[in-house]
Amino acid sequence: MSLSSREIDTEPHVTGRETRSPGLLSKLRSRLLRIDLRGAIVPVGALVLLELFVRMGWISPYVIPAPSELYQTFLRLAEGTLWTNIAASSLRVLAGFVIGSLLAVVVGSIVGMWFTAERYLEPTFQALRAVPSLAWVPLLMIWFGIGETSKIVLIAKSAFFPVYLNLFSGIRNVDRKLVEVGEMYQQSLPVLVWRIFIPASLPHLFTGLRYGLSLAWLSVVAAELLAASEGIGYMLSDGRELSRPDLVLIAIFCLAVLGKISDSIFKIVEDRCLKWRDTYSVSFTGRTS
Amino acid sequence: MSILDIDVRNKSFGDITVLHDVHLALHDGEAAVLLGPSGCGKSTLLRIAAGLDKRFTGNVLVNVNEPGRRSASPAIAFVFQEPRLMPWLTVAQNIGYADGPRFNAARVERLIADVGLNGHARTLPKALSGGMAQRVAIARALYTEPRILLLDEPFSAVDAFTRMKLQDLVLQLIERRGISFLLVTHDIDEALYLGDRIYMMGARDGGIQHDLMVDVPRPRDRRAPRLAELKNEVLTALQAAHVI
Repeated sequence: MSLSSREIDTEPHVTGRETRSPGLLSKLRSRLLRIDLRGAIVPVGALVLLELFVRMGWISPYVIPAPSELYQTFLRLAEGTLWTNIAASSLRVLAGFVIGSLLAVVVGSIVGMWFTAERYLEPTFQALRAVPSLAWVPLLMIWFGIGETSKIVLIAKSAFFPVYLNLFSGIRNVDRKLVEVGEMYQQSLPVLVWRIFIPASLPHLFTGLRYGLSLAWLSVVAAELLAASEGIGYMLSDGRELSRPDLVLIAIFCLAVLGKISDSIFKIVEDRCLKWRDTYSVSFTGRTS
Repeated sequence: MSILDIDVRNKSFGDITVLHDVHLALHDGEAAVLLGPSGCGKSTLLRIAAGLDKRFTGNVLVNVNEPGRRSASPAIAFVFQEPRLMPWLTVAQNIGYADGPRFNAARVERLIADVGLNGHARTLPKALSGGMAQRVAIARALYTEPRILLLDEPFSAVDAFTRMKLQDLVLQLIERRGISFLLVTHDIDEALYLGDRIYMMGARDGGIQHDLMVDVPRPRDRRAPRLAELKNEVLTALQAAHVI
């Protein structure tokens, strides 16, 4: 009984995927078929209703333009400045996020491994974390001007804390029993860090990175709303000054799409790196439902 | 000549003394068992022998001199109560853990066959049953070709049938390699089946109260009448030590 259930358990996971290699086309088709369309019902339904209400005159187009109008605006913007705005914001997020999270990984590893460093640094970090990111904006502008530097520093600062905090708690939560296995082989601290602490705290690190990325998007909008000549935040403030709700809505739509895409990329990398996790959602159906 | 010499003058956790003047020597090729109730300090003694616990007074001497020995791998290996496999490594990578990603693939393959896990080299620990995981842990301990194996209640987390199979497996692997071992257990039958010499420990800081030679030739039969006689002796000794 136990033998047969064990076979059922392991075979499809381990050997099944390697021995069969379906053609690219059928793989793509099965991937497309697996997309859950239930998630589209709410947004599509809302758009249809909105179009209906605006056409019937129940909602003024100056409050919310009809989706068909929005589409026209979108096409016009797509020929002009939309892509440069998206590129500007994306680059800022990318630069800030990479700098902030790399710093967080370095500092988090040191403070996580070195108990003395925690005594010196933790209270300060906890206090700094309590300050809202936006409170730093005036200071950053005084120091770095209104150019790129201040924006990237703000984004990096926003991305830093979630990554740092999650990595720190990840390292502190590494199972002592696994570390002892490494100690049994007389491995030095750097080897232990590389071979046990880092892989064991990867789940925490990914949580931190994804949260840090969402905060990076939040900060880029804040920074661009305050002072910028391009970017999605600039589109937002432009729309407000010109009383153009269609511009604002398209900017919001772009943010939603960009945020979702960047998070999905991370999710794919995370699932790849953490295949070994024995969690409920993974072992039960093979994907989160 | 002893290859492992443990001399603990004092080991305490806070105000509670766990070990006091305990001396134990493991001879080359010997199969020694530490038997005692939980909380008697037998696991602590084993952790001290392994070098995992350094906060004690006394000393541990390892006398293993082999000319062909790789200096990087320690002479002592440890099998824990739980498998303690790295969940992110496959079975093969776990077995070759001591050498990292560039482990000796041929040796790992042999060990996988030895512990009866053929076809599972690329399985992740989450897909293994408790007994299979413990087999991997045993293979990992043997990978460095140790001279001394320390086992801390390695079969206590598996069912009775798996336990008997694993006991035979460990005996067979160890005998073939000429490894000496020190095993900690609270199971009298296991102690008698595996050990040449049984050290019985008293409750709390009672230390080693009694030691007994198991004069039954190998391979042993679990039903041998001599083992039953010895079991009576062990029970009497444990009663005298106020353990039961």
